[in-house]
Amino acid sequence: MKNIKWKHYINYILVGIVTLIFTILAFCGALERSLQVNLEQIAIAMMLAVSLSLVVGFLGELSIGHAGFMCVGAYLGGKISSILVPILGNGLLALAASLLVGGLCAGICGFIIGLPALRLKGDYLAITTLAFGEIVRVLFLNSSSESFGGALGLPTPRFDRKYLFIICFLMVLLTLFVVQNLIRSKHGRAITAIRDNEIAARATGINVTKYKLVGFIVAAIFAGFAGVLFSYTQPNVSSITFNYNYSIEMLVIVVLGGMGNLTGSLIAAAAVTLINSFLQAKLPGDLAVLKDLLYALILIVVVVYSNSPALKNFRDKYNLRNLFAKFSKNKHDSDDSTRWDVVPTKIKMDAILSTDIVVNDPQADKADKPKGDK
Amino acid sequence: MELLITFVNGLSLGGIYAMIALGYTMVYGIAKMLNFAHGDVIMVGGYMILLFLPINPIVAIIAAIIFCTVVGIVIEKVAYKPLRGASPLAVLITAIGVSYLLQSVAQIAFGSASRFVVIANLGTLKIGSLAIGYSTIITLICSMIVMIGLNLFVKFSKTGRAMIAVSEDKGAAQLMGINVNNIIMITFAIGSALAALASLFFLLKAPSITPTFGALPGIKAFTAAVIGGIGSIPGAMVGGLLLGVIECFAQSVPAIAPYTDAIEFSILIIILLVKPTGLLGKKRREKV
Repeated sequence: MKNIKWKHYINYILVGIVTLIFTILAFCGALERSLQVNLEQIAIAMMLAVSLSLVVGFLGELSIGHAGFMCVGAYLGGKISSILVPILGNGLLALAASLLVGGLCAGICGFIIGLPALRLKGDYLAITTLAFGEIVRVLFLNSSSESFGGALGLPTPRFDRKYLFIICFLMVLLTLFVVQNLIRSKHGRAITAIRDNEIAARATGINVTKYKLVGFIVAAIFAGFAGVLFSYTQPNVSSITFNYNYSIEMLVIVVLGGMGNLTGSLIAAAAVTLINSFLQAKLPGDLAVLKDLLYALILIVVVVYSNSPALKNFRDKYNLRNLFAKFSKNKHDSDDSTRWDVVPTKIKMDAILSTDIVVNDPQADKADKPKGDK
Repeated sequence: MELLITFVNGLSLGGIYAMIALGYTMVYGIAKMLNFAHGDVIMVGGYMILLFLPINPIVAIIAAIIFCTVVGIVIEKVAYKPLRGASPLAVLITAIGVSYLLQSVAQIAFGSASRFVVIANLGTLKIGSLAIGYSTIITLICSMIVMIGLNLFVKFSKTGRAMIAVSEDKGAAQLMGINVNNIIMITFAIGSALAALASLFFLLKAPSITPTFGALPGIKAFTAAVIGGIGSIPGAMVGGLLLGVIECFAQSVPAIAPYTDAIEFSILIIILLVKPTGLLGKKRREKV
């Protein structure tokens, strides 16, 4: 039991330690501005990854318009900061107000996108989220220069951005707090049940409508928060940033981290952001595209390797968890169907639901018997 | 009269969209997956035309079609075939990865700057005060021929009927002696060849190409396929033509021209909300 409890807090511990170390470094004056910018970007990527993970990993709906929610948050946050910062003269108060409005508006958008999600599934929903992302981008791109800056982008006011990364990381902790507690509650189990089998979930009396909407709204709110923070870290909010490729990048992070694995998402977010900024700084001009090539190859290899039915035996043989299990005393049960916090891989829905019963097969009879049964 | 020209232009553009949408919809119908990399096969075709254009335009077009077909088959064999039977989400993400891969390879090979590809200067047809580009007319006629031909092929040829069988029930089709893997490969080949043709017509309309040349047409054609009902061949045609006409009419009105993309995507969402399987899509009942 102790082991499991420790696992629950690993994400907080991870982010908390990183925040603490860099906060101390920053107050000692050992942190350059360029590094702080990197930290801000990492924190924003983490928020996006965790919120997208809620939709893709736990709710099981593919969303390729996550940048759209962020776009809403960024533009509204930028607008409010440009109004409030001159009046209040304080970046922090303006930030709080921006977060409130940006998150709320992104949440409303999440509700709107969640509505088609009730009727549509899988591929159809994916194209709807993509369409939403593009619509939002085009609307902001063509806004008048007085309202949202139009094609030139929305300039954000100048103020002291020192220590902004601490706020970003605190927001990551808030995101983790909300998403983890949601997932580990009764509602979270309902959400994962919908992912695993919607019909079965409906049959057990889970309100699919409600939970799908909740998933989309929560994810959208935190993407909105990330957008607001993004607008505060940038001198200019431009709609080109929030294109289709940006949504894909978030998806890459979630997939690389392992779907439905928040710790993995956090690490992947940090790694991808660092690699991104490192490669962009080092590689000249057109060669910067090598980064995209790398992404693409990693994405294909990781997904094909971890999902191909033909490679299943190979995967089980060289599984990291199994290798570690050899060294630890209490070996993990290979059946992960009872673990609701990860995507079940060994559970076979068709086998459970099929009505074919093999009668005269002593081998199968033995295997089917529960362990406690005598 | 202005309206008529816009309508003809719209039909011509819609014809191109329909051709790309056919690739999406056939692959979806048979392999039950969204081939997100389909848009980038158009781009590959465009660059092939650019490479072989100095030799001869006809050679360039044929080379583009052959190369795209090969690319389509290779993508299917390397990236999608190992995932047959895996979760749809995994396949979709791999497809996105392939799309990224093609774009970045093209950018490394040809640079990110746009290149000009002037295949032929066809001039315009003038009837009284009306002026329509010959390229528009050729596009319209060719796309109609391709669509009708494909429809006949699927309905009456042995391979086409095997395709229908595979799309309805893979297991049963296999029991009837149909080589499912071959049929899926042929589907990808046909879709990619159509994408190469589409790149030709796009270059006739606007003779410049970049590595992201295929991305937006790809997404739009995908939208068209979904509007028509993905998996249905007549649906892809109807959806493509509809989308093309809407785009041209929206662009002809200066006030709403910048919002063209937003309008098209809004129409997609509205249609899906009213009819979740698209205009001509069949409703599939889910079995437990």
